[in-house]
Amino acid sequence: MKRDVLISATEVSVHYLVSGGKLFGPKPVVRAVENVSLNITKGSFFGLVGESGSGKTTLGRAMLKAAPITSGVVNYNDGEVNYNLASMDAKQLKDYRSRSQLIFQDPYAALSPRMTVRDIIAEPLEIMKLTSSREETDKRVREIATKCRLNLEHLRRFPHAFSGGQRQRISIARALVSEPKFVVADESVAALDVSIQADVLNLLKEIQQEMGLTFLFISHDLSVVAHVCDHVAVMYFGRLVETAPTRELFSNPRHPYTKALLSAIPSLDPDAINTTQKLEGEIPSPSNPPPGCKFQTRCPNAIDICRRDEPKLEAVSEVSAVGEEHNVACHRWQELME
Amino acid sequence: MTRLLDVENLTLEFDTDEGRITAVDDVSFSLEAGEIMGLVGESGSGKSVTAKSLMKLNASNAVYGADTKITLHLKDGPVDIMSLHTSKELKVVRGGAISMIFQEPMASFAPAITIGDQMVEQLLIHTSMSAVKAREVSIEMLNRVGIADAAARFGQYAFELSGGMRQRAMIAMALSTNPKLLIADEPTTALDVTIQAQVIDLMKDLVKDFGMGIVFITHDLGVIAQTADTVAVMYLGRVIEKGPVRQVIGNPSHPYTRGLIDALPRLDDLDTPLKPIPGDIPSPLERPSGCVFSTRCSSYLGPQCSASIPTFNHISPDHMVACHIYQQDQQGTQK
Repeated sequence: MKRDVLISATEVSVHYLVSGGKLFGPKPVVRAVENVSLNITKGSFFGLVGESGSGKTTLGRAMLKAAPITSGVVNYNDGEVNYNLASMDAKQLKDYRSRSQLIFQDPYAALSPRMTVRDIIAEPLEIMKLTSSREETDKRVREIATKCRLNLEHLRRFPHAFSGGQRQRISIARALVSEPKFVVADESVAALDVSIQADVLNLLKEIQQEMGLTFLFISHDLSVVAHVCDHVAVMYFGRLVETAPTRELFSNPRHPYTKALLSAIPSLDPDAINTTQKLEGEIPSPSNPPPGCKFQTRCPNAIDICRRDEPKLEAVSEVSAVGEEHNVACHRWQELME
Repeated sequence: MTRLLDVENLTLEFDTDEGRITAVDDVSFSLEAGEIMGLVGESGSGKSVTAKSLMKLNASNAVYGADTKITLHLKDGPVDIMSLHTSKELKVVRGGAISMIFQEPMASFAPAITIGDQMVEQLLIHTSMSAVKAREVSIEMLNRVGIADAAARFGQYAFELSGGMRQRAMIAMALSTNPKLLIADEPTTALDVTIQAQVIDLMKDLVKDFGMGIVFITHDLGVIAQTADTVAVMYLGRVIEKGPVRQVIGNPSHPYTRGLIDALPRLDDLDTPLKPIPGDIPSPLERPSGCVFSTRCSSYLGPQCSASIPTFNHISPDHMVACHIYQQDQQGTQK
């Protein structure tokens, strides 16, 4: 039995033209996201991890139609409406905006310093005309503020009076006040201290279950993703290199990049010896992509075929009983299993 | 081991429009040559201003306490840093005996001057090298920190380098004057984990080769566990626990340290829910009296926690913790 897919990407690419190149010649193209396919099931907490420059933010924005989709299809279906994001008309887009929301990374930059907390949270309702009276707006604001554990007294204050954790709770309240179905959280805890981070993660998880939301959780921090997400996709250089249910991914990582990412997390045990090879070098420049597998320049296991052909995402056959697949894009994953 | 640095009773306040704010309150620690000391704490804990005090780099509204004594032990004898005032006097420590690496390498390099010119400039200021020699030393240093094609990078600007490369160049620049003490303020926070692992390895190698002391500031206990020999945990301007890194992380004794470790998402245990420390860090304008952590503490004992400041108690000869729980225990066993 397959669970309902809320939003799916099929061979999605996002390319940007950048300045430079020869005068009158074609402009160089940066392929931020290349041929990515993934399905996010309804009610899931889907993690997207990768280093900076891996395209995870761009993919997240493409799924919100906040980045141009160059090719491929993003399909959104919540049972009430069914949209193809690439070919939506203005009316559909406006409706989609109320069904999908984004929570930003930096709670200091994301809130206007000139608006009170009440006005910040109420703004989406007013712009999208989701309420008919000021009383109704106030009621919705108070409800969501309570859910996000904000003190109702604080609604009259300005953002500067709040700590990082409180501000992030305000951002969350603003994103959720329009009762969206799909929320993209882009590095939403990266700027927070650990003691506060745990609190915000717990809050997101709680609200997700209570409101039946579907989350796309973008993060560079694998340990955070491991704790909140049910399914994880790992990106490198604009491509998906591995996707799997969280526990499966963390217990049986198949792609050399996933393995390297896992072993690079500093352990709390000072005596822990990392047996896995550490990664050399850095993510290649997007204007000069390497041939074949994009990870071959840093991969300790690269051989000739890796330098020639780009591997496709294929199913790791042994696990598919739950209907959730473990996929990996590596020529040698079977050999490397030993 | 030779003693490199002694910090005694460091107290630091800032004069602001809203009144005098205490940023660091009676902090003492010392560092041996060849030792990496981790300074851990959340934002607002005072770890950066503590480190900046070692070079008197804090803003002009900083007021140091009367008992504050910072001594740097150099070959030619101890230097009392608090007695240095003019920028000429401070040159001995700033960029001379002490170098600093910052969190955001993009903001630390001048954007319109090449990496090489910036490296040469500081060598000309702090050493008697000729410009030609300074260039040689700089390129050699860039090589040493693992920058490929160092001679070409020497002529490039900061924006032409990737994040990891910039941080390496920053480290090369900080070390080329051969400092005795290196202050690293969140040097890996802005980097990806794979690059962070590279930079941590590099710094450990350099300590071995150069024998300097490092004060390593970070909010990440995992990074501390992998790099530091000793650690001091700060909260709201006070050191609340300190000792060898294995003891502090293996047997965290202050409720705050324990809370920090419990709040970390751990990969080896996905089933236990995350445990945040309740509440927020109080504003420095509303510093709690008594123990600074008393407003959020899960082991709050009662009035004594909010009335008196706990003093250090020994958990082991080197492992110390400032918490009333242990004071009670000790009094109990003494009876």
